[in-house]
Amino acid sequence: MTTANIPSHSFDMSSLGRAQDNFNLEDEKICLQVQRMNLFYSSKQAIFNVNMEIPEKRVTAFIGPSGCGKSTLLRCFNRMNDLVDGVRIEGQILLKGQDIHRKDLKVADLRRSVGMVFQKPNPFPKSVYENVAYGLRIQGINSRKVLDEVVESSLKGAALWDEVKDRLNDNALGLSGGQQQRLVIARAIAIEPEVVLLDEPASALDPISTLKIEELINELKTKYTIVIVTHNMQQAARVSDYTAFMYMGKLIEFDRTDKLFTNPKEKQTEDYITGRYG
Amino acid sequence: MKNWFKSGDPWIWLTAASVSLSLIVVFSLVIIIMARGLGYFWPATIIEARYEEPNVPPITMLGEIYDYEKVLTRRLSKNLQPLANGEEFIKRSLIKTGNRELYGLDFRWVVAPALKEIRYPENVLVVERREWGNFYGYLQALKQNGQVVSTGEEAWKKLSGELSRAHDLFSKINHIEKGEMGAINYNLEKLRLKERRLQLQNDSDPKKKAEIEEQRQSYHKQSEEHKKQLTDLYKEINRDSIVVKEMGGKEVEITLAKVVAAYRPNSLSFPQKIAFYLGKVWEFMTDEPREANTEGGIFPAIYGTVIMVLMMSLIVTPFGVITAVYLHEYAKQGFLTRTIRIAVNNLAGVPSIVYGVFGLGFFVYFLGGSIDRIFYPEVSPAPMFGTPGLLWASLTLALLTVPVVIVATEEGLSRIPKSIREGSLALGATKAETLWRTILPMASPAVMTGLILAIARAAGEVAPLMLVGVVKLAPSLPLDMNAPFLHLERKFMHLGFHINDLGFQSPNVEAARPLVYATAFLLVLVIIILNLTAIWIRNRLREKYKSLETV
Repeated sequence: MTTANIPSHSFDMSSLGRAQDNFNLEDEKICLQVQRMNLFYSSKQAIFNVNMEIPEKRVTAFIGPSGCGKSTLLRCFNRMNDLVDGVRIEGQILLKGQDIHRKDLKVADLRRSVGMVFQKPNPFPKSVYENVAYGLRIQGINSRKVLDEVVESSLKGAALWDEVKDRLNDNALGLSGGQQQRLVIARAIAIEPEVVLLDEPASALDPISTLKIEELINELKTKYTIVIVTHNMQQAARVSDYTAFMYMGKLIEFDRTDKLFTNPKEKQTEDYITGRYG
Repeated sequence: MKNWFKSGDPWIWLTAASVSLSLIVVFSLVIIIMARGLGYFWPATIIEARYEEPNVPPITMLGEIYDYEKVLTRRLSKNLQPLANGEEFIKRSLIKTGNRELYGLDFRWVVAPALKEIRYPENVLVVERREWGNFYGYLQALKQNGQVVSTGEEAWKKLSGELSRAHDLFSKINHIEKGEMGAINYNLEKLRLKERRLQLQNDSDPKKKAEIEEQRQSYHKQSEEHKKQLTDLYKEINRDSIVVKEMGGKEVEITLAKVVAAYRPNSLSFPQKIAFYLGKVWEFMTDEPREANTEGGIFPAIYGTVIMVLMMSLIVTPFGVITAVYLHEYAKQGFLTRTIRIAVNNLAGVPSIVYGVFGLGFFVYFLGGSIDRIFYPEVSPAPMFGTPGLLWASLTLALLTVPVVIVATEEGLSRIPKSIREGSLALGATKAETLWRTILPMASPAVMTGLILAIARAAGEVAPLMLVGVVKLAPSLPLDMNAPFLHLERKFMHLGFHINDLGFQSPNVEAARPLVYATAFLLVLVIIILNLTAIWIRNRLREKYKSLETV
């Protein structure tokens, strides 16, 4: 499905191996819905009237130049922006039709169903095993048998099991950067979320580790809805089914990845993907 | 020269010099107190000499040369001045002659040139006693039940055997008196309080009363048995005595029950002296003080210091950490929080005696007094918690050191990368769970750093302790075998106060002086050990929770 060759700027979509897949946004089941969303940092507006629908069990990529608001939008989906002082959100975000800001939903519960992986690997200074088991222990699951099973399946799911199965009790900080990032993904999928948010998950990694992460994303989409932020357009083209292009806090275009890259409707999108700015 | 200044070398030299200066000061401090303090335990050579002051009948002097000084000849009395042979300065020696009960004092300043015919007799005996200090003299005879059983050299040979017998008996007596009788008295007092409590509650249940009476009888019976045992033991221990001839020629009888050690320092070989020395140091660290703290050991003071510091650590750590967590994690960072933070920092600068006064007024009188009124009405009129004690001393010191722990913990919390918090929150952990499972463990080395600083400050603090719980001589240890084992209300001894007591309150200044140094050295040692333990724990925590270098 993916290739290690970095495609040229001409975007030969045949190399993406996706053109023959037949799917349309209209036919997809919708997982996340963003409706008329505005976001303010104190008085400065960062996101302007965004409307979008993110399909279930697909990979959706957010691309755009630095500071365009793509990470901010991503962090709205699991309400990570609550941690930032002075953030105000207007509009609605629905997860499977339910408002994620509704009063009776605890933030912690939301984050259990919307997992997140950050730009830099951030394993806890604990053993590999305890890192993966962390989310379960938070939920009060301490049965050794359950934990063992979940740790193994999650690490296998994150394609890390073979590399770490003999050092589950070693400190996770001893792993390489790429392994750490896959460990963090394993940690996120251990609690079986519906959505996995990836915030530039490969930007701090070397090309080989990046390739592994991209392969992993392709496998994960069979079980999870994946939203990935990247400023690497090639990566977006390689891994995603749908792509959203954002610019200056606005959603400029949202379409099937192959369509967006080969036949963008908007001038700004075309300028960006052909490298004229950003 | 100008170039040299420009090169920055002088700056390096200046910094290096100030580091060396601090190191030299610290090391010389330690070396001085070590030399002065630890030299004391070396078995001194005993001299015998004829002391001839002009126009005064000569006397025999027997004792150890303790110290000497040079004095201006013209400051001496006219009578003594000829001894200087016209020199401007004259040497004066301080001789420890012991035998306090005979001469009233055991140290004498003598003019050195007046000491004639100095000899170092091999067979001179030093008797270390439980009362009245050392005795110097010649062993004449060993007596049993008032009958002489051996004399001269034979008596010396037999002495060590008899002495160890006396020591065995003494420790048996001590065990019964302090241990078993102590426990019985402790329990009897508890019974009395229980009875008084029933009285106060107007509870006249005859069953309870009978129960108390029965227990009391059994304790009394045990006590009677012990008393009988004690009488026998005392008879045994008082069987032997020695006759010693002192320097004036008088023969003095000393019962072995009163003897700690008897030795002939002048005939000890070097290895024997080393063994003797180590024994004395050990005794100093493990024994109880005697003779208004000027003799014996300082074990209760070491014990009290350590227990107090540990108690303080147990109080200050959770208190400081919780405060820091609130200030750093939960409080809204605004003017008020900033003000509180500044106030906390300034608390560290308040003179410690002020804390002592506060501790006495608030903890001892108010809190302690209230506790007594509410929970222990039966002890009245004697106070239980309403008097200075271990708990209040630890609390006062915890208050004194809490700013350090708060500041260090906050520092540690702010060093933890944001990504770790986000990682935990993104897994569905609440803020409290994140704190508890991830942030606090990672901040624990910083907490330990704060605790290390707190211990260093608390262990050396004396002034506030004098108000809230430290005493010159505590009859019982704050942690012992009587339930509930840890006696928070008890007064305790403390090395810092012990130094103060030896140095300024001692009736026997000369005897106390080396002990001041030795105790100071031990205090430094205790602080170093406490700190090293804390540092060791911190390094292990650091290793365990080493944080991400790259984030």
